[in-house]
Amino acid sequence: MPKVEREVVVVVTRVLKQAVSSRLTVRALSLCGALVGTLVASSFVSGATLPPDSVDLMYHNYDGGGMKINGPSLLVRKSIGPQVSVTGHHYVDSISAASVDVIASGASEYEEERTEMSGGVDFLYEKAILSAGYTNSSENDYEANTAYFGIAQDFFGDLTSLSLAYARGWDDVGKRDQDRSEFEEANRQNYKLGVTQVLTKNAIIGLDVDVITDEGKLENPYRSNRFIDPGDATNFLVQEENYPDTRTSTAFGLRGMYYLPYRASIKAEYRYFNDSWDIQSHTYDIAYSHAFQESWIFEVSYRLYTQDQAEFYSDLFPFANSQTHYGRDKELSTYDGTTIGFGVSYEIKQGVIPFVKRMQFSLQGDYLDYQYENFRDVTAEGSFLPGDEPLYQFDAWVTRTSLIVEF
Amino acid sequence: MKIRLLTRFVVIALLSTMGVACADFKPWVKPYERDNLADPIMSLSRNGFADTYMHHVYQAREGARGAEGGTGGGCGCN
Repeated sequence: MPKVEREVVVVVTRVLKQAVSSRLTVRALSLCGALVGTLVASSFVSGATLPPDSVDLMYHNYDGGGMKINGPSLLVRKSIGPQVSVTGHHYVDSISAASVDVIASGASEYEEERTEMSGGVDFLYEKAILSAGYTNSSENDYEANTAYFGIAQDFFGDLTSLSLAYARGWDDVGKRDQDRSEFEEANRQNYKLGVTQVLTKNAIIGLDVDVITDEGKLENPYRSNRFIDPGDATNFLVQEENYPDTRTSTAFGLRGMYYLPYRASIKAEYRYFNDSWDIQSHTYDIAYSHAFQESWIFEVSYRLYTQDQAEFYSDLFPFANSQTHYGRDKELSTYDGTTIGFGVSYEIKQGVIPFVKRMQFSLQGDYLDYQYENFRDVTAEGSFLPGDEPLYQFDAWVTRTSLIVEF
Repeated sequence: MKIRLLTRFVVIALLSTMGVACADFKPWVKPYERDNLADPIMSLSRNGFADTYMHHVYQAREGARGAEGGTGGGCGCN
């Protein structure tokens, strides 16, 4: 590849490292803002080069498990002089929910919208980039605010990139029909460390460590757990969830990419997670990308997620208040999830469109399948004794259409 | 306790890195050898925010969170 073009590619790579400086959450039911604090992680920059001005436009669609979520995302980046780059991001989730949790609670399908706005600034100082930003996510039953600060620097002939970040979140949690003054707080702190290392001219690896602490109202206020009716063992009753007020989690992620002898790459990832609620999980991910001609890249991927339940989880408790903390949130149960993904992107390089340095159009689709081992479907048709219902499972399609233009 | 341990780890890693970085370091992969690494096909986040979005799809449906990575990759050329 000619040198000039190669330099463009280098810049493009840098841009993509940093173009994800936004925080977005996709929610199941109405408790979603809680995730915002963890999303700042995505804003890591990778040292020593500010990204070019760009527009990243995406439309997302999720359909499965009784949930339909879709909406646009617009991320704009603009430099101010040679050392400063600012970003603005607008994101919308339009939600139509009739999931097993909604139906089981006796509620009917509902629709609502979540809007997220964020702004950030990156400051280049020698070989380091300092980043800061703020995000607000708002909906009728959840308000989330997150501030973050990060630093990234390249070392060792730019073969090593080190990133550190800290984020703090302040959330207000309630129900749709509740007055805002009655909302409860949930606060969050996120510590992040990332290292990327060039191994050879064809291989690169990365290590990420995340420690997240939560404090406050951590239950989903809409969900409940169930216990055997003391007056009728063929029936069950429900009560509100009662989670611990604190949670601390640690995650380690290791990933590597290798450039194959032809223009293609293979990526492998592993993540280990555990937390103070005794949830433990393993995530395995592998992806293969293959270039076709100069502008096309095709990708296929496979992901496996396995999780062991929280210590206070049960699908069916023997009686009311049978333990200090209790929950029946299916995200706390034991289950596996698999994803098969595919994608295609088309790139237009500099010189084709005036004032455009690069443009990329991409389509991606993922098929998700979750199989639960101890969460039962109380909405299943038929007559079942409590605890004899079929195990729950659901699948979903996720599609993303995006356009990235760099100026 | 975990946070304290992590803080120590980070401080030691930073100090070690800064100390070594001050030395006259010769990269074993030269800048002119990074063509393959600079190819977009080696980017961990080639599709921008569309990639980040998937992390959050998973966060809403799984107990685990964090260490998703997704940024980085590339050649380390400046």
